[in-house]
Amino acid sequence: MHLILFIVFAGFCLAGAINLLLQSHPINSALSLIVVMVSLAVLYLLLGAEFLAAAQVIVYAGAIMVLFTFVIMLLNASREERTLGSRAALRVGFPAVVAILAIIATVILHTQGLGVARLSDGITSTEELSAVLFTKLLLPFEVTSVLILIAILGAVALAGHDERERTGGK
Amino acid sequence: MNAFFSQEVPLSWYLLLSAILFSLGVVGFLIKRNLITVFMSIELMLNGVNLSFVTFAHQWHAVKGQIFVFFVMMVAAAEAAVGLAIIIAVFRARATLAVDRIDRMKL
Repeated sequence: MHLILFIVFAGFCLAGAINLLLQSHPINSALSLIVVMVSLAVLYLLLGAEFLAAAQVIVYAGAIMVLFTFVIMLLNASREERTLGSRAALRVGFPAVVAILAIIATVILHTQGLGVARLSDGITSTEELSAVLFTKLLLPFEVTSVLILIAILGAVALAGHDERERTGGK
Repeated sequence: MNAFFSQEVPLSWYLLLSAILFSLGVVGFLIKRNLITVFMSIELMLNGVNLSFVTFAHQWHAVKGQIFVFFVMMVAAAEAAVGLAIIIAVFRARATLAVDRIDRMKL
């Protein structure tokens, strides 16, 4: 059962990621990214991370991707034009990607002592997670909330209408 | 039917999947020519790394790995908000989203 679920949702994940690269319209890419994120949420659940699975759906597939689709529709983004890109990307970028993937895959496949995942492994409950988060890691949590606040202010300052534009550059 | 439930998946498969997702994100970053799609490729890379964090948290039975993913999600949310605001500002100044035409720092 675990194997079947893993194969199905890993397949969805890879298909969505490849589709993101192949589609030329941004809205299609955004929708396939949502597929990737939802199937990743299922994989998190298979690994026993129930809180993260919920957060993945709510924060990533919900909030962030709604923001993306909203901006795509707001800016009326059309089909992208395919160009060859830079020569640096062609000569250095793609060989580097292949090399990184090959190195990581070799290391992973040769690592001893990696365990297996079963359905009967049991899940990390939200209670355990929050017990550590709100005692040992309280300061990073609060710093993150300040970061979110600054991000909101920055987003409003950047995207909001400039007052000078309307009053004629005063 | 019982054989299905007892099946197990090696954790290295999860790690391989996360490496492939990360590489696909890098390839997308290199080949896409739309500012928003380039930004989505970065989100794909973040998701690939998150999967490996969760896998290692499962391997070592460590809660902190999952909490780190939580922090990555929060920072990604902040990053998406600011990044999309910058994209809107760039679009307002240049009226294009093609990265080839956005090659000057000065507005």
